[in-house]
Amino acid sequence: MNVTSINARLMQGNQACAEGAIYAGARFYAGYPITPSTEIAEVLAERLPQVGGKFIQMEDEIASMAAIVGASLTGAKSMTATSGPGFSLKQENLGYAVLSEVPCVVVDVQRLGPSTGGPTAPSQGDIMQARWGTHGDHPIIAISPSSVQECFELTVKAFNLSERFRIPVLMMLDEVIGHMRERIIIPAPGELEIVDRKKPKVAPSQYVPYEPQDDSLVPPMANFGEGYRYHVTGLLHDDTGFPSNSPAVMGEHQDRLHEKIRRGLHEIIMVEEVQTEDADVLLVAFGCMARSAARAVKEARAKGQKVGMLRLITIWPFPEEALRQLAEKVKAIIVPEMNLGQVVDVVKSAVEGKVPVYGICQADGEIIPPERILEKIEEVL
Amino acid sequence: MFAEIEQYFRTERLPHIWCPGCTNGIIVKSIVEAIQKAGLDQDKTVIVSGIGCSSRATGYLNFNTLHTTHGRALAFASGVKLANPELNVFVITGDGDCTSIGGNHFIHSARRNMDLNVILFNNNIYGMTGGQYSPMSPSGAKATTAPYGNIERPFDICNLAIAAGATYVARGNSFNTRQLTDIIYNGIANKGFSFVEAIASCPVYYGRKNKLGNAADMLKWQRDNCITKEAADRLPLEKKQGKVVTGILHHEPAPEYTTEYQKIIDKFQGGEES
Ligand SMILES: Cc1ncc(C[n+]2csc(CCOP(=O)(O)OP(=O)(O)O)c2C)c(N)n1
Ligand code: SF4
Ligand SMILES: [Mg+2]
Repeated sequence: MNVTSINARLMQGNQACAEGAIYAGARFYAGYPITPSTEIAEVLAERLPQVGGKFIQMEDEIASMAAIVGASLTGAKSMTATSGPGFSLKQENLGYAVLSEVPCVVVDVQRLGPSTGGPTAPSQGDIMQARWGTHGDHPIIAISPSSVQECFELTVKAFNLSERFRIPVLMMLDEVIGHMRERIIIPAPGELEIVDRKKPKVAPSQYVPYEPQDDSLVPPMANFGEGYRYHVTGLLHDDTGFPSNSPAVMGEHQDRLHEKIRRGLHEIIMVEEVQTEDADVLLVAFGCMARSAARAVKEARAKGQKVGMLRLITIWPFPEEALRQLAEKVKAIIVPEMNLGQVVDVVKSAVEGKVPVYGICQADGEIIPPERILEKIEEVL
Repeated sequence: MFAEIEQYFRTERLPHIWCPGCTNGIIVKSIVEAIQKAGLDQDKTVIVSGIGCSSRATGYLNFNTLHTTHGRALAFASGVKLANPELNVFVITGDGDCTSIGGNHFIHSARRNMDLNVILFNNNIYGMTGGQYSPMSPSGAKATTAPYGNIERPFDICNLAIAAGATYVARGNSFNTRQLTDIIYNGIANKGFSFVEAIASCPVYYGRKNKLGNAADMLKWQRDNCITKEAADRLPLEKKQGKVVTGILHHEPAPEYTTEYQKIIDKFQGGEES
């Protein structure tokens, strides 16, 4: 990579997320202000019209989520950003986007909850809401960046995955990552891959909007206004898009929504392994906690303790396979997370008792420091 | 089916789910007649609806149709319109959908003045869920959730629309379809938020609960109790008591949102993209 002073900048995580969206081709943003996500809206209010895109401040988060789905149906890559209280309000139309398979990106810069909670206090408390916040069985993709650079690059990735799989992708930032300033290298145009949704190859009269054309099970998507006059609904429907209450049709629709994600797992799952080759103790961490965990690995190694880290970049679908393989090799797993045990339980169920799993769980708005992780390592070794 | 408007329907999706005597179909016919009269390109027209009996109309209409979540149609429609202002965007909504759960979206959409054409099917009841009272059920009306009569006061939704900033507001009914088609047509011509309240009848729930007779009786009620704004303006106050005023109630053009936004974009011509 050609690093010049032009593309190296000091940037805040939220700003990097907004710039990543523009790089990915996002041309529509609808949102409602909320700390600690507001900078994303502010940056995009300024930047989007400069690139021919649209920004709108809606009356609430329900409307914002609705507006990005509407915009995406016209072909615009669309995004909204919020934090806990607003994330709760997004859930209704997030489910709509999952069912009707409308690509979009939703950023949640997590703060301490529940309710108004701690508006400026960091947290990782929305991980289970990201998975199950909207009602009914549904697939979802959620990604967690650990640096400002990743806020940029993973936002691009989030758009790519949403376009590729026709599903909302959640960018799970936290207050630390969103507000932190770091050096970032802005990728040159063309340097990162940009994925656009598949368009129909057939004439409008032949178009069956929800009929998959290949093994990916992701149907091609026509934009509103292009002559493909199809129906979009939040009701379970058949391949034509029209609702049905036949158990066979409803079941098939549900199955395809899940199966398209299952078939794409190799494209969706992203993890980073840090010194896991010979590790006795494995730290499983994500978001800002991966920074504390990385530090703990370094210090433990300096003391001669064999500690490694599995960093979850994709959180949902959960990287079970990567974890299971490591569980075969290590003696203990520690999960430091800034909530009262949302990921540690998933880790336990994934390793099925093969190794003991310990949580370091804290929900007081403080970052768990490396020292606490080191203490736990001493304890379990 | 009437041959001249058949192209606007997904005839293969018929028959519709509405009960015999429901006037939703009559209102839908007026909408497509207005679209035809305005000469709108069918491929460039999007119809958005919420949830309710009336909102099921989108499934039968041969356009890009978007059947959304309860109360949120206007918010989805705002996204469609702002992202691609070339599209003609219509919103079909019910009295519960628009004025209860969607009330906040309604006033803000009216205020923003995006070029949307909204038709509210007012049957004074929650039809789809089986006859509960809505914010537009008259005081004293019976509903499954107002078994002793409604003690709330209804919205005058047209007045609310005007107060919230809608630039075109009209009321019609499913009896006088010529007038209804005309006011929808005139709303299409208004570049901004155009709102039409269409009085509908739900003989199955509202009619039965309130002993309003059969479907024909309910239509006669509309005929006998609605007066045009022109007629109302000429009548002394006591003769207008209890009458429902129809026609164009308000038309005051104002800058349209997507046009104003485009002006901001135009300042950056020569940027990364036009
Ligand atoms: C969030 C949510 N709450 C409640 C419902 C249940 N529901 C479906 S339609 C409806 C009322 C519809 O009434 P109205 O808008 O007047 O339409 P109508 O059926 O009378 O045409 C309700 C409450 C729902 N679908 N979603
Ligand atoms: S319940 Fe009422 S509004 Fe619904 S279809 Fe039947 S008559 Fe029409
Ligand atoms: Mg109703």
